[in-house]
Amino acid sequence: MVSREVRIGQLFVELADTLTADFDVVEFMHELAEACIELLEVDAAGLMLLDLHGTPRLIASSPDFMRELELFELQSDEGPCLDVIETGQPVTNVDVSGAKERWPRFTAVALGAGMKSTHALPLKLRDHLIGVVNLFTRTEQHLSEEDIALGQALADVASIGLLQQRATQEPSLLAEQLQTALNTRILIEQAKGVLAEHSGLDPADTIRLLRAHARHLGAPLQSVAESVVNGELDPMDLLQEPSKTGDPDQHD
Amino acid sequence: MARADRVAQLLAELLRPTGDGEGLALRLVTAGRKTLDVAGVGLSWMTEQGPAGTLAVTGDAAEVLEELQYSLGIGPGVDSSRSGRPEMQPDLEQVDIGRWPGYTSGALEAGVAAVFAFPLQVGGIRLGVLSLYNDTPGRLPASAVEEARALAAAATAVLLHLQSSAGRRGGLHADLADTVLDRAEVYQATGMVSVQIRSSLSDAFAVLRGRAFSSGREISDVAHSVVTRQLRFTAGEM
Repeated sequence: MVSREVRIGQLFVELADTLTADFDVVEFMHELAEACIELLEVDAAGLMLLDLHGTPRLIASSPDFMRELELFELQSDEGPCLDVIETGQPVTNVDVSGAKERWPRFTAVALGAGMKSTHALPLKLRDHLIGVVNLFTRTEQHLSEEDIALGQALADVASIGLLQQRATQEPSLLAEQLQTALNTRILIEQAKGVLAEHSGLDPADTIRLLRAHARHLGAPLQSVAESVVNGELDPMDLLQEPSKTGDPDQHD
Repeated sequence: MARADRVAQLLAELLRPTGDGEGLALRLVTAGRKTLDVAGVGLSWMTEQGPAGTLAVTGDAAEVLEELQYSLGIGPGVDSSRSGRPEMQPDLEQVDIGRWPGYTSGALEAGVAAVFAFPLQVGGIRLGVLSLYNDTPGRLPASAVEEARALAAAATAVLLHLQSSAGRRGGLHADLADTVLDRAEVYQATGMVSVQIRSSLSDAFAVLRGRAFSSGREISDVAHSVVTRQLRFTAGEM
């Protein structure tokens, strides 16, 4: 049997191959999930990637049973992965049955799958969280610090693989980005209409109000536009701002 | 030929520099019209809310029909995008009159007898729809259906390609942004009407669509009247 260190080394060598065109990132993530099971002696492992809304999406897991899949997928709503996303810190040695009140659905599904302990490790690029590695064991086995360090090394390998995937612009992420960009453009025009109606200004002239307010709040233009159309922001707040802070650039 | 190979071939042809300055989307519909031997081809955005503007069109009737579908928010392209499957209408005369009120009659009036719509999607994300228009009724041959599917896949790749070169995160590529700017008044009017009738944006948009339909005008025309304050709606309008 190869040592843990040798196996990690092999994974890094495979990672170097990510630079080739035919690299299948999902297959690689799947292999990493299996490496977690093998090297850390856990019973299930899942790699989740944050989508553009910051929601964890399962990208690969092992084993591939339905019950385990649900275990990972339901964590867009509750479970240790959300804690990792919030704090950026690992959540280790969690006793599943003790988490019933906090995560009722997660606990029910995990116990139903026979899982007793869970661990969640951040996938990070520099300081930027891009996903979570989630591990489960059927016994109440606690991971040692060495195990956790090894798990984090595996998570780091995964991070680099994911970066590679982002760099090649994975189609569904790009499609989502495109859809978001389209909706944002529409939203800004709608917000201009709302402001025009309140102010009596020409809609084309209201963009400077939106821009000035965005600058004033230090917020992106799109979030100001969103607040205007959903009524969270009183249009009068924007109209009362001194127009001299406005941007003469009309084109948007 | 396998579809993936055909898609690659189509993209290679589109990306070959021609120096005519035409956008990729326009080159794609023009190429499609030629190889598929149809009267017109249109490429439109689709969002969860429905049509969001015309990206490219070739043939006069196709232009009218893309506009009609946008104005009314209904049609074969909308259904195709929603179902994720092609919507084949080889004879519009035979379409149930209640299915797309206003659309079918408008299409026939514009001289279009058959419509075939193919969805553009990536996973569960709907991006748009590619529509083929013919002036005589008749089914699309199986070889043309396969070619149209390849063309729709190539169109999806073109959109993603444009977006991947958009630069600034969250921005929209200039070629694509123009499509929204073409409709800017419609979205501005939607915002204005939502204040006038104290409604949601989607209800305000429905009111604009209803007015376009009942008055036989294009929605962009109705929107222009709102933006220039020649037309107002009141809360009782719903």
